[in-house]
Amino acid sequence: MKLSKTLLATSALTVAAAGAYAAGHGMADSMTLVSWGGAYQASQQNAYVAPYIEMHPDVSASWDESSAEAVAKLRAMNEAGNITWDLVDVVAADAIRLCDEGLAMEIDHDEMLAAAPDGTSASDDFGDLIVSDCYIPQIVYSTTFGYRTDMVPAGVEPPSDICSVFDLETYPGKRALEKRPINNMEWALLCDGVAKEDVYDVLETDEGQDQALAKLDTIKDQVIWWNAGADTPQLLADGEVFMGSTYNGRLFSAIVEQGQPIGMMWDAQVFDLDGWIIPTGLPEDRLARVMDFVRFATDTQRLADQAKFISYGPARASSAPLVSTHAELGIEMAPHMPTDPNNAKNTFLYNYEFWADYRDDIDAKFQAWLAQ
Amino acid sequence: MTDAATEPDKIAGPTPDNALRAADKAETGPVLAADGTPLKRSLNRALRAQKIRALMLIAPLLLFVLISFIAPIGDMLFRSVENQIVRDTIPRTVAALTDYDAAAGGLPREEVFEAAYYDVFYAAERKEHTRLGSRLNYEQTGASSLFRKSGRGIEDIGEVYQDQFEDLNGDWDEARPWAELMGDPDWIAAQEAWDGNGTMPAFELRSDIAEILPRTAESYRIFARFMQNEEGDSPLEEEPWSVVHTALYQDVSAGDVSGYSGPRADMLQAAAALVASPDFETISFRDGFADIDEDWVEPEVWQTIKTYSPDYTSGYFLNAVDMQKTPEGPMLRDEDERIYGLLFQRTMFMSLVITLSCIMLGYPIAYLLSNLPSSKANLLMILVLLPFWTSLLVRTSAWKVMLQQQGVINDTLVWLGLVADDARLTMINNQFGTIVAMTHILLPFMILPMYSVMSTIPQSYVRAAKSLGATNWTTFWRVYFPQSVPGIGAGSILVFILSIGYYITPEIVGGTSGIFISNRIAYHISSSLNWGLAAALGTILLVVVLVLYWAYDRIVGIDNVKLGG
Repeated sequence: MKLSKTLLATSALTVAAAGAYAAGHGMADSMTLVSWGGAYQASQQNAYVAPYIEMHPDVSASWDESSAEAVAKLRAMNEAGNITWDLVDVVAADAIRLCDEGLAMEIDHDEMLAAAPDGTSASDDFGDLIVSDCYIPQIVYSTTFGYRTDMVPAGVEPPSDICSVFDLETYPGKRALEKRPINNMEWALLCDGVAKEDVYDVLETDEGQDQALAKLDTIKDQVIWWNAGADTPQLLADGEVFMGSTYNGRLFSAIVEQGQPIGMMWDAQVFDLDGWIIPTGLPEDRLARVMDFVRFATDTQRLADQAKFISYGPARASSAPLVSTHAELGIEMAPHMPTDPNNAKNTFLYNYEFWADYRDDIDAKFQAWLAQ
Repeated sequence: MTDAATEPDKIAGPTPDNALRAADKAETGPVLAADGTPLKRSLNRALRAQKIRALMLIAPLLLFVLISFIAPIGDMLFRSVENQIVRDTIPRTVAALTDYDAAAGGLPREEVFEAAYYDVFYAAERKEHTRLGSRLNYEQTGASSLFRKSGRGIEDIGEVYQDQFEDLNGDWDEARPWAELMGDPDWIAAQEAWDGNGTMPAFELRSDIAEILPRTAESYRIFARFMQNEEGDSPLEEEPWSVVHTALYQDVSAGDVSGYSGPRADMLQAAAALVASPDFETISFRDGFADIDEDWVEPEVWQTIKTYSPDYTSGYFLNAVDMQKTPEGPMLRDEDERIYGLLFQRTMFMSLVITLSCIMLGYPIAYLLSNLPSSKANLLMILVLLPFWTSLLVRTSAWKVMLQQQGVINDTLVWLGLVADDARLTMINNQFGTIVAMTHILLPFMILPMYSVMSTIPQSYVRAAKSLGATNWTTFWRVYFPQSVPGIGAGSILVFILSIGYYITPEIVGGTSGIFISNRIAYHISSSLNWGLAAALGTILLVVVLVLYWAYDRIVGIDNVKLGG
């Protein structure tokens, strides 16, 4: 009796599943997206996922906030032969590594992604931002400094130069820097008299690395090292530090949405990218669904829509003119974009190739230096 | 019976003992059970059944522990020596490097470059070259981009030959003529007849072709099998990779193909004539690699490959103790790159301090708890357990709010005038912060075993000591304390071992001086992906803990540890 019931239930389920499968034209009806959580993931939910679900009411999307450990988890999933993620949001350096390790699928950008409204092909529209064959860029963000406006010493101009981070005499107070060599080493060299175009040539050498660490040494006892992007806005809000580096979107929300007395110092902001990768080895129906979603979510209008919710610049050139106002506050978003001409007077381009090679080596030195 | 000669089994002859024994046996025989089988056997059977039943009862647990605990840990720790990726990815190069003397430096022979050409080409087609690059980049900075670049540039070498053959005869650019030259006619027929369902008929070389064109045959076979298995394409419709053209050039220039008379013989003879002509352009593999990247003609990359070519390596373990595997043997790293020794020491030191502070704070609480009436003790117990029910992150972040410079404690001290506003204490993002936060978090693990041991100490002992004239201190120190030591032991082991592996709390409040070795392990697992090094560090940590446990057993005795009454 019991057995026959189970059998009945199983066959009913099979029939139902087969029906659902047929209805989706060979596409799975659920997706697992991986992102960073917080305001950034919310902007993706609002700009990409909500409109997509509206068009396909039978599809469901769930989020996994694991982007920070995406590379390790994908490798583990790959080794276990069970990929549970469909689309993963990662920074460019991680995308390059995932592509190197064969964990991310190669993308034919022109074929898989929508062209711009004026007919420009996707690969031209994204241009140089396609830093890896596996990468579909979404946004340009920058790592830059914010400072407490009320802690600027009396009679002194607010800091507007990256080297004021290293100038403890004019701008006394603690600094918050990320607990890794990337960006910090470059800033240190820039402020130690190395020309912008020579930074990576100098950093290749042992002497250059020592020079950068020596410069960082001058402020070492005044630095609080952060691990998560949310640390610096919190430290600034608490008055724990005078200035600190973090992602520009975090500072935007602290300044504009929470009204904290924080100023932006855009000088020598370091551009980086965030975008999607598709894991290798997805079953066909899930792959079909994810391709359909990605095509929609990375078209010109969708990328521009994301900027309504967060101050990161869209990765497509054709999206830039479509950037409008903040969805809730109604303010113009363009002046808060890292790519705005006023903010981008002096920018620094993060060298992915260099860090892919030197990351392990310099990180060992950096951590040894930190631990001393 | 100390005399060896009188032992019955030593002397087989007729001794009085043996005679008695024999008589005994003959008289009674083996003792029988009720059913007639010897008692010994039936007893054994009953015991065996019992043992099997017991084993079956614990089997689920045993399997669970084996599959979900021992096996994954073993697998992870095994990565600390595993290094097959080098041989798997570039097997020909590894074989060719056998007689290369890495310690002497210098560049390897042309044959090694030749082997590397084929290896890197095939690896690039399988998209495995970048994995090897990432692996070798842990040992030699720059290997990552060198391999990535070479995957793209390796085509250039073969294209030199491919272009010339194609200029001679367009058929060299076609799939079909190649397949006829290399493939078994039966296979071609089967492949043509294949209707797209099921598996493709596996490619077979023509019987004699491997003797005439050995390299080309191997290359083409690899190409054809790859097309069939990986791409699902028919080799009859895919033009071969440029590596096959390189192999053809090598074969034709090395051997005589004039005797060949199979399919496409004229095409092959013409190619041989072209190769023999003085106008034919060639490139040495070494120069080809130099064109891809100058680093290929530096000894370092070859030394690294040679040093890391065995299937198992001690390299990760050497890295984990601040050393380096070099052609000359293990060497200490540069002073500014040594970090793990320092972190191991720091981990031990801080774990000890945390354990000691837990003892100091936990002992009075446990004492109080065990000496209060149970209604009050239960209430206090809830206070001890309360932190257990709060998220670890919340507790750690709360300490941040308390300890930071603009935090509660500093604000209070400044308000009281004990500390000047511009000289606020630094109590977080250093060792102090880690020790405070972790002592708080691990305190219940100390209090609970202490409490359960203390609550079993009979009050009558204390009363007896006092009635015999002992002072309060003597009573405590001579009578009560020795009986509570097993609780301290159990609590200390728990707290020490837990704190040695902690990483979330140090990561948040530890700054630079308060982090543990586990923070570096976490970094290598999740960020740098150097799982081999993470496994080596983990293995060392595990061994250290086991050694300490052993030492504890020798000094204090593990029987002296009690988790309860």
